[in-house]
Amino acid sequence: MEISYYPGCTLKEDAKNLENTTLPLLELFNIQAKELENWYCCGVSFSQSSDNLMQQLAPIRTLIKAKESGRKRLLTLCDMCYNTLKRSALFLLNDEEKREIINDFMDREETIIKGDEIEIVHILSLLKEIGTEKIKEKIVKNANGLKVATYYGCMTLRPKEIAIDNSDNPQIMDDILKAVGCESISFPFRNECCTSYQIVNEPDIVKSQTRKIVNSAIKNGAEAIILSCPLCHYNIDAVQKEIKEEDESFTTLPVLYFTQLLSLMMGIDPSLNDFSLHHINPKPLLKEKKLI
Amino acid sequence: MKKIGVFVCHCGINIASMVDIPAVVVELKNYPGVAHIEDYKYMCSQPGQDLIKKRIKEKELDGVVIAACSPNLHEETFRKASKSAGINPYMCEIANIREQCSWVHTDKKIATQKAIKIIRSIIEKTKYDEELKPIEIPITKKALVIGGGIAGIQTALNIANSGFKVILVEKSPSIGGKMAQLSETFPTLDCSQCILTPKMVEVAQHKKIQLMTYSEVEDVSGFVGNFKVKIKKKASYVDFDKCTGCGICTEKCPSKTPSEFNEQLGKRKAIYTPFPQAVPNKPVIDKDNCIYFKTGKCKICEKVCPFDAIDFQQKEEIVTLEVGTITVATGYDLYEKANMEEYGGGKIKDVIDGLTFERMLSASGSTDGEIVRPSNGETPKEVVFIKCVGSRDPENHYPYCSKICCMYSAKHAMLYKHRVPDGQAYIFYMDVRTAGKGYEEFYQRVAEEDKVIYLRGKVSKLYSEDGKVVVNGVDTLSGENIEINADLVVLATAIRPSVGIEKLVNILKIQMDKNGFLTEAHPKLRPVESLSAGIFLAGCAQAPKDIPDTVTQASAAASMVSTIFSRKKLYHDPLTAGVDEDLCSGCNICVGVCPYDARELNSEKGVVEVNEGLCEGCGACSSACPSGAAQQNNFTDNQLNRMIRTILS
Amino acid sequence: MIKNEKLNISSQEINSEENKSLRDISEVNVYSCYQCGNCSSGCPAVEFMDIPPNQIIRYLQLGKINKVLESKTPWICAACNYCSAKCPRSVDITKVMEGLRRIILRKGIDHVDINELKKELLHKLPPIALISNFRKFVL
Repeated sequence: MEISYYPGCTLKEDAKNLENTTLPLLELFNIQAKELENWYCCGVSFSQSSDNLMQQLAPIRTLIKAKESGRKRLLTLCDMCYNTLKRSALFLLNDEEKREIINDFMDREETIIKGDEIEIVHILSLLKEIGTEKIKEKIVKNANGLKVATYYGCMTLRPKEIAIDNSDNPQIMDDILKAVGCESISFPFRNECCTSYQIVNEPDIVKSQTRKIVNSAIKNGAEAIILSCPLCHYNIDAVQKEIKEEDESFTTLPVLYFTQLLSLMMGIDPSLNDFSLHHINPKPLLKEKKLI
Repeated sequence: MKKIGVFVCHCGINIASMVDIPAVVVELKNYPGVAHIEDYKYMCSQPGQDLIKKRIKEKELDGVVIAACSPNLHEETFRKASKSAGINPYMCEIANIREQCSWVHTDKKIATQKAIKIIRSIIEKTKYDEELKPIEIPITKKALVIGGGIAGIQTALNIANSGFKVILVEKSPSIGGKMAQLSETFPTLDCSQCILTPKMVEVAQHKKIQLMTYSEVEDVSGFVGNFKVKIKKKASYVDFDKCTGCGICTEKCPSKTPSEFNEQLGKRKAIYTPFPQAVPNKPVIDKDNCIYFKTGKCKICEKVCPFDAIDFQQKEEIVTLEVGTITVATGYDLYEKANMEEYGGGKIKDVIDGLTFERMLSASGSTDGEIVRPSNGETPKEVVFIKCVGSRDPENHYPYCSKICCMYSAKHAMLYKHRVPDGQAYIFYMDVRTAGKGYEEFYQRVAEEDKVIYLRGKVSKLYSEDGKVVVNGVDTLSGENIEINADLVVLATAIRPSVGIEKLVNILKIQMDKNGFLTEAHPKLRPVESLSAGIFLAGCAQAPKDIPDTVTQASAAASMVSTIFSRKKLYHDPLTAGVDEDLCSGCNICVGVCPYDARELNSEKGVVEVNEGLCEGCGACSSACPSGAAQQNNFTDNQLNRMIRTILS
Repeated sequence: MIKNEKLNISSQEINSEENKSLRDISEVNVYSCYQCGNCSSGCPAVEFMDIPPNQIIRYLQLGKINKVLESKTPWICAACNYCSAKCPRSVDITKVMEGLRRIILRKGIDHVDINELKKELLHKLPPIALISNFRKFVL
């Protein structure tokens, strides 16, 4: 089965591990993720002003390219890209007048876009579709009692129109992890925003949030944090290192992408992971659990 | 040709400001059929009505058209006046030139022309009106009350004390409802069971009340004064004629299961009465938890019963009854706390709802009146009460206010402080709605004397940590985010209509609003009548309310029932649709469109027959009938055609 | 030193052009808000804000948009949508924050000077952080 694939800017550099572990994982289920021939910055994050149509063009152009690929479904791995693209598609669909203006303006594009031609799918939704039974079959290594805290952040859960799961109690990652024999521990901040782009100008906000998240995860017994969003990964991984440098007493937790863990358990080549990209070294934990 | 009198009402300036009344009078003076026309300022007033009566006699009128406000308001009035002047009341028609004319236009010229057209069309209708007599309906002077809580109990007692027979049906093994579960009631702090049980006993002993507990209504057909009801008596496996309520079976039963009455705190046996003061005080066997029914072994209750009252062969029974009125008093259930994911999704032991807290407070509850943490049995020192859980939340849950939570949360906090004087109670609120008699004073006492801290804001989430429940809320009055490490959290969850109400609504063919509460005939003036004649509403089934309002409504419903029963006969509007058997081919189309099931095919005769008592004169059959056999009295095709032609000419 | 000056409220302020502009950009009716405070309670960044989200809406209800435009709050907001998603009255507070930012940005007052950002930071940060930051804080 072929599915169009939209990487987005970060997956090719900082979040290489996410792409490099997900694509082979999907191959195991006979899903070929075909990268779009032409794609653009998704324009993260979704523009919330109703009178600025220019800011909608970036994601819409990508949707047009997705439509031109001829495949109905578009896979994204990045939570923020998912959120932006999906909300743009809904924005087009719901406002006929603005849609017409945008299509008219984008006269260099040959394709007219309506908004409902492409189904934007997040990797977690795709894995849920594949189903825990099929995923279980591909597991060759068990995680030896690894306790993980699943962290969802906000982009795949809010607003309701695009949510992949219940925003108050998401279980989409936990269901899969439980099925493959990992213990997923619950902690209260699993669905709170990591505070996102504030890392650029107001890093103290992110530091405070990261402390809260990591401390709570450790308190509830987690050995690692599992998540799906590249910005959350940076905010929780890299910022932990900064916190540790300022405060020796702070205990760190390695942060892994969901597909990194799954791919290791499925026996996919561990060297596809560039562990040097991690700021908190996950290798000791992974060695302990005999995953590498 | 009829001699029709036309009376044009000014309605003060309501009509006169937008319709040129003198012009209307001049225009219609010579209209064929108009024997008399005049205008008056307030036709519905006593002098106005007297005027109509006078003219009817003077001018020997045999038809009357009143051009005024909507017939909804005064059709009755004018028809009564016409009747007393000697003409058939159904020859009196209303031309609505207010709601349908003067109130919806801003151009006087256009409005006047339209008013003239409206009146002309009604004159045409009146020309072909026939004399009609109201249809007489016999009345079965027995009342059915569904629901044995305080609402049902009060209704039943009032009707029975008026001298009429009542059947009171209750689905659980005992009457008493939610009031029986309460500890103390606001604002007096009366012991709930102490004030309720005398009424329960009165019901049990009343000669005119037939009590059917552990029973449910299965089917209802018929119409006001003549309902046929099928009631399912569930199998209790105990012969109530032999059982004396001695309780030995309950004592010896080995099977325990969480007690519904005690809101899952504490257990009951498989053979049980829900609480010590239950009426009837005879146990029932819960088949799903009975060892004998599950495995074929045990039967200890049968062995120890001194009166041989256990009957494992007992079957459920369907009883058919005829009643004249039905009162629905099915009460409420609380919104399940499992729906509140942000408050633990029902999984945190120390997060409970209001009824569970009541059972803890109650001296006859499973904690002997001690307030304890369900997780470890210790006394909670920091208790958080959260109001508006699932209420007033159109985005995520229900939009309405549940009315009683402000008072009962204040009461809960007060009672907690009385029992745990060194504990602290907090109430997160958005508003405090304590409008009843004595309620505001009660609430002030709670804040002043019991030093309960009211925090104005919602709780965004709570979670378990280190054996406590961490509550994250906000106090908008100080502008601060608040965190409390609570021992116990009590949620004031939304009041919902009783579970299973949809089934009953379908059986009775009454209406539910979008929140599931039963619809009243008019929210202000007819709060205890449903939209179906003969079916009344009482208590929380209609909308959330406290005990005083419930008792008031119950008595009101009983009064409406007694009004019907105190008559010799009921009279039904004769504006029904009949069947011209010569034209009817038995095609059955009208039967399918009738919303009141008033029509039925007589297969022998090959024509459709009408039950005039059920027909509400909606006209659906008349418009659907292809042959014209279904004609509505005084709304015949001929009349309607003439009206349309007159308007379009 | 006056710390709590009286707030003069008038229909003129409530119906000001700036208020209208905010309504047009955000398409939000602030009068739906009944000040339950859930937004402030659940906001991940509220501890760094000078005016919490529910008070921002309150000041807007009273016509005090200028006070709100001077506050730090819209620039601390992370656009996570918690407030909008959980608001019982369906007030889209995230859109209001965006509208407030737009009004300032359209005056030519950017809130991030790209030239000021250190080179190492630009290299270190993942592109989505920079892009979304510029999206929100630069015209």
